[in-house]
Amino acid sequence: MKNSPSTTERIEMHRKMVLVRRLEERLGELHKTGKTRGPIHRCDGQEAVGIGATAMLAASDYVTSTHRGHAHYVGKGLGVHGIAAEILGRETGYCGGRAGHMLIGEKASGVMGGNAIVGASIPAATGMALSIQVRRASDVAMCFFGDGAAQTGICHESMNIAALWRLPVVFVLEHNQFGLTVHHSVQSPVADLSIRGAGYAIPSEIVDGNDAVAVYRAVATAVERARRGEGPSLIEAKTYRMQGFSTSDMGGYQSEEDLAAWAARDPIRVSFTSLVDAVGKERLEEVERAAIAEVDEAIEAALEAPLPTFAVYEKTAPYAETL
Amino acid sequence: MAKLRYAEALNQALREEMQRDPSVFLFGEDIARYGGVFKVTRGLMDEFGEGRVRDTPISEQTLAAMAVSAAMTGTRPVLEIMYADFMPLVLDALINQASVYEYLWDVSMPFVLRTQGGGGAGAGAQHSKSLDSLVAHIPGLKVVAPVTPADAKGLLKTAIRDSQPVIFLEHKLLYNLRDDVPDDPDFTVEIGKARTVCEGADISIFATSRMVLESQKAAELLAADGISTEVIDLRSLRPLDLAAIKTSIAKTHHAVVVNEGWRFCGYAAELSATIMDHAFDDLDGPVARVTLPDMPVPYSEPLEMAVLPNAAKIADAARATLR
Repeated sequence: MKNSPSTTERIEMHRKMVLVRRLEERLGELHKTGKTRGPIHRCDGQEAVGIGATAMLAASDYVTSTHRGHAHYVGKGLGVHGIAAEILGRETGYCGGRAGHMLIGEKASGVMGGNAIVGASIPAATGMALSIQVRRASDVAMCFFGDGAAQTGICHESMNIAALWRLPVVFVLEHNQFGLTVHHSVQSPVADLSIRGAGYAIPSEIVDGNDAVAVYRAVATAVERARRGEGPSLIEAKTYRMQGFSTSDMGGYQSEEDLAAWAARDPIRVSFTSLVDAVGKERLEEVERAAIAEVDEAIEAALEAPLPTFAVYEKTAPYAETL
Repeated sequence: MAKLRYAEALNQALREEMQRDPSVFLFGEDIARYGGVFKVTRGLMDEFGEGRVRDTPISEQTLAAMAVSAAMTGTRPVLEIMYADFMPLVLDALINQASVYEYLWDVSMPFVLRTQGGGGAGAGAQHSKSLDSLVAHIPGLKVVAPVTPADAKGLLKTAIRDSQPVIFLEHKLLYNLRDDVPDDPDFTVEIGKARTVCEGADISIFATSRMVLESQKAAELLAADGISTEVIDLRSLRPLDLAAIKTSIAKTHHAVVVNEGWRFCGYAAELSATIMDHAFDDLDGPVARVTLPDMPVPYSEPLEMAVLPNAAKIADAARATLR
C-alpha cells in the first residue's frame, strides 16, 4: 500500500509509543508524590496519533502541539530526559525549567512547540507554513489540535488562509472525544469534524487514531501533498483520552463501557498485534523493556539534576534601572 | 534630503528594507492591490510580487499569530492591522504567544505589527482610539510611535531589522504631514531614544504620537505667559528613554505627561508612576496628566473635540502644576 511505513519504522513507532506511555505513567506517579508542579495532561491511549503522524517528518519540518503534547514531542525527536527534566523543573530540561510540560519547544528539532492556549497551535503552524512558502523551502508545518480546539474562531480563520494560499501545512485533528470534560456532542452538531474541510476546499480523511500505521499512511500522503506545493490537508484521527483532562480532573463523565471498549483497542496493543508475526514476540518485548528502562533512567537522572537559579530576563525588562 | 509625507516615508522604509532583505514580507487587509487604506503600501505589490505583499482575509487574530510563528521560523513579517481599535482581536497572539517564546525557547522573533490609531477624523468610537497602554503593557514587545516623517522612516527601518517584536503605532492625522526625510538607505533611528522637540527651563512635557504636535502648540501658549517649556517626543513608548526623562526633569523640576489614550491604567499613568520612581527628588510639583477621558470617542465634531487632549488642555495642566 502506498505510503506504508517499513517494518523498521513500525518498530520505531512501537518503541516511541511505549516510551510515551511509560512517561505518562511515571509522571502520574510523580505528580501524586508532589514531585511535579501544576497540572499534567496525559495522552494515554492517544499515542498512535502523535507518534504515527510525525514518523515521516524531518528535523527541519515544524510541529505545533497542544497542552497534551508528550507524544508529539517524542515523535518529533525530543529526548525523554529533556522532557522529564523540564517537567520536573530542572536546569537540564529543554527549556531550563522556564516552560513546564505544556510549553516545551526546541527549534533545532522543529518542535515549535507545546501551547496551552487551546486552538493556538493552528494559526501557529499556518504562520510557519507561510514562512516556508515565502522562503521557497520544501519543509512542512504540522499542527496538532483537538476536537475542542476545532471550535475556536482561529481554527476557521487559519484553515481558510491555509487553503487560500496553498500553504504547506498538515492539520492533524486528534479527536479524543472531550474538550476538558465536555463531550464533543455537546460542543458541535457535527460528529465528523473533518467534513468541514470541504468548506475550505481542503481534502480531508478520517483515520483510526489508535492505529499508528493508519495514521502514518494518511498523514504521509498529506505531507507529500504539502511538499509538492498543493496546499493543506486535514486528517481527523479518532481516538479516546483514557486518563482525565489533567491530573486535577476528578472524572465521572466517561462511561465504563466506553473506557473498556477503547482499552481493548489500546494503540500499543494494536501495534503489537499487527507486528508480532513479522517481528516476533521476543524482539518486540525486548524493544518494550528497553523503552521502559530508558524512561526510568531518564527520570532518575532528571530527579538528580540541579534546579535552576532565577535571573531577570533582561531582553524583556522595560529599562535597565528596574532590574 | 527630500520632502515626503509621513505615509510616503513609511512606504520608502518598507521598500528599502524589502530590497535589502528578501525575508521581509508584508501582509494585511487591503494592503496589496489597493495599496492600503492609508496608502502606506502603495506600489509595493507591483514591485515585489503577490508572494511578498499579500492581501489577507479579515482574520486579525490568526494573522497576528501567524506573524509570531513566521518570525520564529526565518522570515521578517510586517503585518498591518488597519485600525488600533482592532488590536483587542490580536491580544492573544501578543500576550500569550509573542511575549513568551523568546524567554521559554531562546528564539528570536523579528516581526513588526503596524497599526494606526487616534481621534480627530470623525471616525467614531470604534475607529478612533489610542490603545497604546494595551501593547506597552506586554513584556517582550517594543512599542514605537513616530511623529515626524523622518522618524517614521527611520524607526520603521530599525523595527524591521530588530530581532524582537515591534508594535509600530501610526496616527491617522499624521499621514499627510510633510517634512524632510533623509534618502540615505542606511538612515535609521534607534529605538529607545526620545527626541527633544524644543528646550525649556520651567516645565517638561513628555508626549506621544500626535500629542507631540499639540504639546508644541501648548509650549507656544505657555511662552506667552513667560513659561519656558521643554517638549520631549518619547518616540519609543517601550523601552522608555529614562535618561532623557530624568535629565529634563532635573532641569525643569516640573512634568506634564500627555497621551491620547484613556486615563485609568493608561500609558500616561505609567509614565507618571515611572517619573515618581526615578525622579521624585527632582520634582517641585505633582506630575500632571493629560489624556482622553474614560469614555468612548464621540462622533460629532464638537463632541469629539471636547474629549481629545489638545494644546489648551496641556497648557492648563502645565499652569496648574506650576502653581
